[in-house]
Amino acid sequence: MTGDSVAQLSVAVEAVLGSFSLQASLEVGGEPLALVGPNGSGKTSLLLTILGLRQPERGRIVLCDEVLFDAALAIDRPTEERHLAYLPQDFGLFPHLSAVENVVFALACRSQRASAQQRRDEAMTWLERFGIGKLADRSLAQLSGGERQRIALARALASSPKALLLDEPTASLDVEARVEVRTFLAESIRSLGLPTILVTHDANDVEALASRVAVLEKGRVAGCGLLADIRQNPPTSFAGKLFDSSRVSGAGAMAGPSCIGDACHN
Amino acid sequence: MRQSVPRSRRLYDTAMVGLGGILLLFIVLPFVALVLDGGPAAILRGLGCSLTWPALRLSLGTTLISVVLVVVGGTPLAWWLARSRWRSARWLEILLQLPVVIPPAVGGIALLLAFGRRGLFGGALERLGWTPAFSAVAVVMAQVFVSAPFYLQAAVQAFGRLDPNLLAVARSLGASPPRLLFRVALPLARPWLIGGAAMSWARALGEFGATLMFAGNMTGKTQTLPLAIYTALELDIHTAQALSLLLVSFAFALLLFLRRFNRDPEVARRLATQ
Repeated sequence: MTGDSVAQLSVAVEAVLGSFSLQASLEVGGEPLALVGPNGSGKTSLLLTILGLRQPERGRIVLCDEVLFDAALAIDRPTEERHLAYLPQDFGLFPHLSAVENVVFALACRSQRASAQQRRDEAMTWLERFGIGKLADRSLAQLSGGERQRIALARALASSPKALLLDEPTASLDVEARVEVRTFLAESIRSLGLPTILVTHDANDVEALASRVAVLEKGRVAGCGLLADIRQNPPTSFAGKLFDSSRVSGAGAMAGPSCIGDACHN
Repeated sequence: MRQSVPRSRRLYDTAMVGLGGILLLFIVLPFVALVLDGGPAAILRGLGCSLTWPALRLSLGTTLISVVLVVVGGTPLAWWLARSRWRSARWLEILLQLPVVIPPAVGGIALLLAFGRRGLFGGALERLGWTPAFSAVAVVMAQVFVSAPFYLQAAVQAFGRLDPNLLAVARSLGASPPRLLFRVALPLARPWLIGGAAMSWARALGEFGATLMFAGNMTGKTQTLPLAIYTALELDIHTAQALSLLLVSFAFALLLFLRRFNRDPEVARRLATQ
């Protein structure tokens, strides 16, 4: 499903955040885009801006023909109406709910009419799809990092999102779980075909999960392109070091069609 | 092998244990006297005093109403204060803490000057057929005045401490603002909210100065337990003692209630997110 070359999520924003200004434009289609850059380069700020948790001064964000934000037209859809699945670094599972209740929460947000039993059944279907049906009634404290990541993704998808935003999905896991989660996420992202933005510090994540890369530096997109091209001609010294230090085989990388549109560089 | 502790450190530890001991005695000894002095017969006789039951009933009734008003109004306000990025919200938060530092008697005079019969707004209220001063309503008003900031502060802090990622995720999943508050924020903040409500209740139960000034000291009408203690002191110290013990038992029950609900939520949270 990665061949989809129509831009589904397009972002062009300018925001002043304290002493720091963010100026970025990106287009994401069916191929997952990795957002890389040093700390403070604006990766997370950009993600939060797309989510609607930070308001940019200027710009426009469009998801599947629906305008989420347009400064000129004074359109600013609230986060809960943007249909974006957000997976933060620590998964963001609700600690007062069990695994299945976390998924039920997402279903209840979107469909008011279903009965409690219907929701629970549907939530179970989601958990089973990710191979964690037997963990449904466990409290989160009893689950491993990998299992939590699966619940978080099941919950995110249960809310029928139109795009996927992942913030350092493997950063809070131990090394073994990282490999497992990476494989699982790679399969899921590929089969979903949703526009996906992945913020990461980890070259292995980029190789396994993304086919395009945008390099951020001081709030600007310093370069954007296919993973292979960015690796060969890194636009910043940070990108150079990131891919130079990763000694992984290219097996995880997915070769996709060229970068969408001209908006990727700034 | 035991590590040797430097002498200065030992001295310091000993001095602090001594200081703590003195403070503990200072707090505990009066309670011992409160329980033991005069013996159980005198205390039981004191409890039988005609002031006791009207004051107890009024104290329980008014504080219950106060705490419900404070929690029902304070919770959404605290939620807004904790999340608002307006500068004016910060100022509002500071101003709402004013009753904590104002002496209760001053609060009572201020309430009287505002809502008393001859007060600034008293005339207008009277024309509406409402004269709150020196009534049970005034008792509740005085209690809300002094106790609301305690709950409000606890609730603002509780909401402010919530993991912003959890709230962001809930919203991204499509949670409407009420669902965000009732299904995510309230359950997660619950232990602190209950703690704040108990603090606020304890403050209302002990309210004396503002009540005396604004509601007066009329048996059966505006005389709460602390005011009954004050009145009883002029009649018989053992009656005052008995009423004080009643208040202490309530405070103690509150403390137990707090411990029951405040099993360290941070620990649970850490376990849950490991």
